[in-house]
Amino acid sequence: MEKLKEGRIVKVSGPLVVAEGMAGAKMYDVVRVSEMNLIGEIIRLERDMASIQVYEETGGIGPGEPVYPTGAPLSVELGPGLIESIYDGIQRPLNLIRDAVGDNISRGVSLPALSREKRWKFTPLRKVGELVKGGDHLGEVEETSILLHKILLPPGMEGRIIEIKEGEFTVTDPIVRVETKEGIVEVPMMQIWPVRKLRPYREKLSPLIPLSTGQRVIDTFFPISKGGTACVPGPFGSGKTVVQHQLAKWSDADVIVYIGCGERGNEMTDVLMEFPQLKDPRSDEPLSKRTVLIANTSNMPVAAREASVYTGITIAEYFRDMGYSVAVMADSTSRWAEAMREISGRLEEMPGEEGYPAYLGARIAAFYERAGRVTCLGSDTKEGALSVIGAVSPPGGDLSDPVVQATLRVVKVFWSLEDRLAYRRHFPAISWLNSYSLYVENLEEYLKKEVAEDFPDLRGEAMRLLEGEAELEEIVRLVGIDSLSTSDRLILEVARSIREDFLHQNAFHDEDTYTSLKKQYRILKLILHFYERGKDGLKRGVPIQKIEEISVKGQIARAKYIPEDELEKFAEIEGEIDKEMGNLMAKG
Amino acid sequence: MQKEYRTIASIVGPLLFVEGVEGVKYGELVGVELPSGEKRRGQVLEVERDKALVQVFEGTTGIDIPETKIRFLAKGLELPLSMDLLGRVFSGLGEPKDGGPRILPERWADINGAPINPYARNYPNEFIQTGISAIDGLNTLVRGQKLPIFSGSGLPHNRLAAQIGRQAEVLGTGETFAVVFAAMGITFEEAQFFIEDFRRTGAIERAVLFINLAHEPTIERIATPRVAFTAAEYLAFAKGMHVLVIATDMTNYCEALREVAAARREIPGRRGYPGYLYTDLASIYERAGRLKGKKGSITFIPILTMPEDDKTHPIPDLTGYITEGQIILSRVLHRKKIYPPVDVLPSLSRLKDKGIGEGKTRDDHADLFNQLFAAYARGKEAQELAVILGEGALSEMDRIYFRFAEVFERRYVSQEEFENRSIEKTLDLGWELLALFPRSELKRVREVILDKYFENGVRKSKETA
Ligand SMILES: Nc1ncnc2c1ncn2[C@@H]1O[C@H](COP(=O)(O)OP(=O)(O)OP(=O)(O)O)[C@@H](O)[C@H]1O
Ligand SMILES: [Mg+2]
Repeated sequence: MEKLKEGRIVKVSGPLVVAEGMAGAKMYDVVRVSEMNLIGEIIRLERDMASIQVYEETGGIGPGEPVYPTGAPLSVELGPGLIESIYDGIQRPLNLIRDAVGDNISRGVSLPALSREKRWKFTPLRKVGELVKGGDHLGEVEETSILLHKILLPPGMEGRIIEIKEGEFTVTDPIVRVETKEGIVEVPMMQIWPVRKLRPYREKLSPLIPLSTGQRVIDTFFPISKGGTACVPGPFGSGKTVVQHQLAKWSDADVIVYIGCGERGNEMTDVLMEFPQLKDPRSDEPLSKRTVLIANTSNMPVAAREASVYTGITIAEYFRDMGYSVAVMADSTSRWAEAMREISGRLEEMPGEEGYPAYLGARIAAFYERAGRVTCLGSDTKEGALSVIGAVSPPGGDLSDPVVQATLRVVKVFWSLEDRLAYRRHFPAISWLNSYSLYVENLEEYLKKEVAEDFPDLRGEAMRLLEGEAELEEIVRLVGIDSLSTSDRLILEVARSIREDFLHQNAFHDEDTYTSLKKQYRILKLILHFYERGKDGLKRGVPIQKIEEISVKGQIARAKYIPEDELEKFAEIEGEIDKEMGNLMAKG
Repeated sequence: MQKEYRTIASIVGPLLFVEGVEGVKYGELVGVELPSGEKRRGQVLEVERDKALVQVFEGTTGIDIPETKIRFLAKGLELPLSMDLLGRVFSGLGEPKDGGPRILPERWADINGAPINPYARNYPNEFIQTGISAIDGLNTLVRGQKLPIFSGSGLPHNRLAAQIGRQAEVLGTGETFAVVFAAMGITFEEAQFFIEDFRRTGAIERAVLFINLAHEPTIERIATPRVAFTAAEYLAFAKGMHVLVIATDMTNYCEALREVAAARREIPGRRGYPGYLYTDLASIYERAGRLKGKKGSITFIPILTMPEDDKTHPIPDLTGYITEGQIILSRVLHRKKIYPPVDVLPSLSRLKDKGIGEGKTRDDHADLFNQLFAAYARGKEAQELAVILGEGALSEMDRIYFRFAEVFERRYVSQEEFENRSIEKTLDLGWELLALFPRSELKRVREVILDKYFENGVRKSKETA
């Protein structure tokens, strides 16, 4: 490669540095700023002047200091060692940074994202003489007890294997030699990929399988599919982070990439400390063994925050390319948008709404477009899925915020968090009236087949009851409860039960934190069974007060705490409802 | 000796534009010497070729173009650190203000600090007893937490903060906190209130005060919380102390920031505050916390007055997005003469779950607060309904909730300014109030806990519990 000319700084304004003498540099190339070697990225070129966003604090930097182009775009390292890592926004390993420089992050630290020393046991899946193309699995490495890391031939490459090794290697050791049209290429386990470029796949498929999250209001009422997109907007303290953590814990994805983008340091510590202790309900292995963390907290440099979502999603795409179902949580995309706004302001670009750059909507759309259920690259047909769930933190919880609006235009699921519910400690504070999922119909087939034929109908009925409740409450507010008919009062009673006994789910309760689809179905069915029997009771003249005070209600309320392996208990409670209601009818 | 410039091109608000400079660095500390001989300090906000934009902490009053001398000091703004900080009063920039000597530093530290590596953090989970039921029982504070008080003008936030500062302790350790107090733009009386309170209780011995009063330079306030955290970090992480940082009033801090943004003609964000207000506040607030393998901790209680009592105003809003909960004071309760007027429903401590329960407070704590909370919420709804339809329209049960809400405010939320309630007492009081309800109504409490603590409407004696 020709050696690129070094430039000179002419201006420093916060995270933005302008340098001259940069002819030959390319947009989005990485540069090193000053003798401190701070990492930056070119975000505008004008003649020989480059505007650079710097991923580290720029204090102490001034005009006249050098800028060294690297000639390469901002990229991530992909290979064994990603899982259980914690990286900053530009994939620097935070654990190793602490070992190197202590508790506070200092500048100019440069450490590889993947260990160059660690040796991984590589088991080949291909033989000499075989034809392979980009995306094919060359072999695998048991990265953790629950993740087989497939070693992929990088996209775009094609040829015949002339050598394939077996044994223990570092990520940079060549493990395969491929004879391509351009000559013989040595392929190591590690790939390098530019974060702003989406990783290719063969084709997109429609999302037909739910991402089971163990969260009742989500799975039953507003489900997200594997490969789907969702957003969680809400004011501060309404539960965005708890929802994201819950999804990271309990989703039935193979790999989780959790991006803490401009949020609290303690929330990342929480994940770091808790995930190794929690068991994945399917594999019974610690959740950390399938998780990659990106932590660019609010006090870390703002430009690296901008990059963090791309770093995260590129890593996620890489696992998707292995044929896995991957879920990305980004908390919070508003902080990412604010980082864009800050840099754009310093570039003195024409501001759009609320000072955000005019390309805000386009960037958000492009980010979520990287989600999907796909056929992966490669000669055989593998399916992978990448689901993306973004938190949005609008000022004052106001949904007219440009970031919320731009996000709603692209995502298919909207979980609307309301502070009104959070104040009443109804958690998750997801509004059942305003939220929606456009996947409901797509997923119906699957749910009928895998859970129960009448699951979609029950969902529909429960939804109608909740909507009915909202209307009736309006009447009660105006004229009092006594004006309602007994059947309306029963609706209120059942809707209350749906809210408190089904929708309300305590993330910090050992049993309640996760509910399988089967159990969700059973709880809902139980509540609606009570409704049916209640209607019968009313018909037979049982006073509504007696139904409201029926003692089996306590058992219905505690049904959510029934352990997953004792689901037969539901039939017992249903029997109890029949019995108690029968008694009332006999008296009535 | 650094080069001296007399090349100010223009002065706008708190900003100087200096030309013909050389070797200037972003963020560098600047010495400004007025024609009168007075010395001030500033900081480089932007540098382009031979032009530098400087913000002057003490303001630009009296600065002229031809005579004023500028020096670039090749370092950031630093604070001298030593244990002698304790017991002293400083200006908002860290200059002695109590007539005492300058600090002989063990070392100097840049006031901006460096971000804590999230991997180095330890999760805050140690219960702090403040002796205030509305906090300990319902919005539990833990060591290393950042929990702001959202207040309004005229509400007793200072009294509450002083009470917390006085009473805060970690149970069983007997350890007390060192207090670092940062005042930004508050009145002389308010500052005096804290100083007197610290004096009277002896807390002054373990306190460091940084005070910028209302009539003092506004731009200095931008440095004050950073100076305070620099002292706090030293005490906590170099000296192993548990430090409580109280900062008041963050609203004045944000206004100073807005003044600079306006002078720079930046594109204003909401209500004229700069778009980077979130990031700026986070760079302060996130300095609180605990570190793995370090004994000390920094717990942070910023106080802010919400303009027009509006929680969606950018200052409380962005603060709430960074802190781990909020204590909100209510004007309605204040009018009802309830002290502390903590608005229980919208207040929240997000870290409470990790700080309570067996071995920390008591095994019934979580169930109990869930129940108190739910009952109070329903009581409040009943009160609202009663306003529209009259008490007669309430069901029998709702009438009990209605009564509960009143008693709860009068007996649980309300307490004396010098009353230090133990957590035991706070919890027992909760059970006592729940005695208004039949047992079947206490759905948020697990049966085992009810069996242990609730019997025929009275709290079981401690022996059986
Ligand atoms: N499912 C839940 N179960 C129990 N408590 C919950 C649940 N969801 C939220 N909470 C409570 O609400 C608090 C705030 O939630 P969270 O931190 O997720 O808010 P947030 O929307 O992310 O706020 P911010 O925008 O400030 O980050 C939690 O600390 C917890 O006390
Ligand atoms: Mg959050």
